[in-house]
Amino acid sequence: MIDFAGKSRAVEFRSLTFLNCEVHLMTKPRTLFEKVWDAHIVRQPSDEPALLYIDLHLIHEVTSPQAFDALRENGRGLRRPDKTVATVDHNVPTIDRSLPIADLVAARQIEALRRNCSQFNIRLFDIDSSQQGIVHVIGPELGLTQPGRTIVCGDSHTSTHGAFGALAFGIGTSEVEHVLATQCLLQNQPKTMLVEVIGTLPEGVSAKDLALGIIKIIGTDGGTGHVIEYAGEGVRSLSMEGRMTLCNMSIEAGARAGMIAPDEKTFSYLKGRPFAPDDTRWDIEVAHWQTLTTDREACFDRVVRVNARAIEPHVTWGTNPGMVVPVSGVVPDPNETANDADRCATQRALEYMALAPHTRIEDIKIDRVFIGSCTNGRLEDLRAAARVVKGYRIGDSVRAMVVPGSQTVKRAAESEGLDYIFREAGFEWREAGCSMCLGMNADVLAPGERCASTSNRNFEGRQGRGGRTHLVSPEMAAAAAITGHFTDVRDWHFK
Amino acid sequence: MIPFRIHTGLVAPLDRANVDTDQIIPKQFLKRIERSGFGEFLFYDWRRLPNGEVDPSFPLNQSKYNGTSILITGKNFGCGSSREHAPWALSDYGFRAIIAPSFADIFANNCLKNGLLPVVLEEQEVATIFQRARELNGYQLTVDLERRVVIDRENFLASFPINDFQRECLMAGLDDVGLTLRHDADITAYERHRGH
Repeated sequence: MIDFAGKSRAVEFRSLTFLNCEVHLMTKPRTLFEKVWDAHIVRQPSDEPALLYIDLHLIHEVTSPQAFDALRENGRGLRRPDKTVATVDHNVPTIDRSLPIADLVAARQIEALRRNCSQFNIRLFDIDSSQQGIVHVIGPELGLTQPGRTIVCGDSHTSTHGAFGALAFGIGTSEVEHVLATQCLLQNQPKTMLVEVIGTLPEGVSAKDLALGIIKIIGTDGGTGHVIEYAGEGVRSLSMEGRMTLCNMSIEAGARAGMIAPDEKTFSYLKGRPFAPDDTRWDIEVAHWQTLTTDREACFDRVVRVNARAIEPHVTWGTNPGMVVPVSGVVPDPNETANDADRCATQRALEYMALAPHTRIEDIKIDRVFIGSCTNGRLEDLRAAARVVKGYRIGDSVRAMVVPGSQTVKRAAESEGLDYIFREAGFEWREAGCSMCLGMNADVLAPGERCASTSNRNFEGRQGRGGRTHLVSPEMAAAAAITGHFTDVRDWHFK
Repeated sequence: MIPFRIHTGLVAPLDRANVDTDQIIPKQFLKRIERSGFGEFLFYDWRRLPNGEVDPSFPLNQSKYNGTSILITGKNFGCGSSREHAPWALSDYGFRAIIAPSFADIFANNCLKNGLLPVVLEEQEVATIFQRARELNGYQLTVDLERRVVIDRENFLASFPINDFQRECLMAGLDDVGLTLRHDADITAYERHRGH
C-alpha cells in the first residue's frame, strides 16, 4: 500500500483508513497532533466544539483592525497581551524606510495597528524595528514559536510554525477577536493525515519542490479537514528552514496545519533565541518537547507515502499550486485530462497564463523574478539562490528582486555578502515584508508579465492584475533570472 | 450576527472549481479598516474586462441575476488566504447562502461567523441546481437551516450536513465571543493549572 510520487502516471494516491484500530482510552497511542490538541482543551462538551487554549497569537496590520474595533464596540478587554505579538508585513513598502509611506490607505492601516497595540499594551515589531519582518519568519527567529504550542494568526500561512511541532493555523478576523478577548478558540477536532517521505531529496531538489510534489499528488483540497504530519527520512533530513517551507505550503493542499515532530535540529535552532526558554528552564522544556512525537501504534485517518528520490525541481504552469509539473516536463494538454471539469479548468488556466499545450517548461521565458515570502524568504533560501547567482548577470530583459523575510535575515545575508552577489548580478535588494507574494504594496506585476516566484500562490492576479506567476524554489528562481527562462538547476554550472 | 433560519432567494451560478479568496476580494481592497463596503469589490477582476469595462459574460453582470442572494459554485470554494473580507464582500453584495460540493476550511469558518451559510451538497445535486439556474428565469431556492434542506418550487429536495452547535448559533445569531466569555472560570482554571 505504498504510493510513490514521480514517473508513474498511475494512481499515485490512496487513502487508508484505520477504522479497526483498537481504542484503549487510558493507554491509547496518540499522534503528535493529538498530544498537542489534548493538552490545550479547556473544555469539551460532548455535543459542542472544543474550547482550545491558544499559547501565542500573532497579529498584523491587515486582518486585525476590525477585531480591535469589535472589542471596543462590545466593551471587551484583551485577555493576554503577554501572549499577543504584532508586526507589520503585508503592505509595508520594501524601498527606503526613511521615507513616509506613499500609500495613504496602507499608512492608515499601519497607524491603526500602532494605536491598537499601544491601547492594549501589545508588543509591536514596527516598521523601524531591527526585528520587523514577515510574521511567520520572525516568530521562529525570535524563539516565540516552540514545540507543543498552539499558535494562531489571521493569516493562512500560519501553518509554517508547525515545523517546530506546534499546532499552528490561520484564522479569520472574527476568530482574531475571539482570541484577543478569551485567549481561546472554539474548534472542531480535525482529522489526521500522515505524509511519510521515504528517502532523501536528490541534489538540486528542495523542500519547495517536495511541497509542490505533495500538492500535485493529493490536490489543492486533499488536506481539507485534516492536520498533516510530515514524517520519514526525507523530512528528518530537512533543515528547520526546509521544514518551515514544507509546513508553510500545507494550506495550499487545503490542510489548515502541518506538523513535524521536534528533534535535535529543532532544539538547537531554538537555543539562545530571545524568547526561547533560558538556561534555567531549558532542560525541563527539552525533556517535555522530546515527548512530542507520534506513538508507534497511533492511527491516522489517511496515510500518503512519497518517494523523495523521485521528486524533481517543480514549476507550476497554471493558476493554483496543484497545476504543477517537473521542470523536465511540458505544459499539459486540456484534451488529455481525466474529465470535463479538469479540461475546462486546464483550458481556462492556460488561457490566463498564455501558454500553449506541450510547450517545454524550459522554453518558457520570464520577465520578472521574485525571491522572498514566508515560504522562501529565510537565510537558507537566500544562500541557495545566491550560490546559483554568483558570478552571473541576470538576463537582459529580466527584472529581479530579493525581499528578505525579515530585517534579521537581511542583516545576516549582508554580513555574508549575499546582497553583494545579488546586486552585482543585477537583482534589486529590498527591505523585509510580504511584498510581491500578494502585491498589497507597490511590488506588483504589470498585466501580462510572467514571473518566476518563490512564493506560495499562483492564483489569477495574485501578484498584480493580469500577472502570470510560476511557483518555484529559490534555486530555480535564481537560475531563471540568469537565463531568462526556466532552467533545470540540477544541470547548473556553479561559479 | 444576523440570525439565519430560512431563506428564499434568486440563484446565481458561478461554474468554477477552486475559487480562491483572492478572486472573491482582490488584495487591493484589503486595506480598508472597516467591515462594511466590500460588496462593490466582490469578484472585482472577474466582473471587468482588461480594459476596465464590465464583462457581460460574467453571471453577476447579467440582469437575469440582479438581486441574487444564493450562489451556486464548484468544489473547494474559498481556498487560499484566510481573509474574512471574502465573506464580508459576499454578504455585503447580498448573498445569504453559498452552495458548493465542498468549501475550504477557514473560509467556511469565516462564513459561519458572519451569518453566511455554506451549504455542502452532492456533486449531482449541485449539477442540477446549476442547470436550472442557467436555464430558468428567476430560479429560486429555499435554504431551510432548521430542517437542513434545500428545496425549489419544482421537485428538488436535498439535505445538507451541519453540526448542531453551528446550526444553533446561526439560528439564534449568537456571538461566539459572548458564549466563550461565559466560561471565563474554566479558562482561568486552565491557565492556573498550566502555569500560564
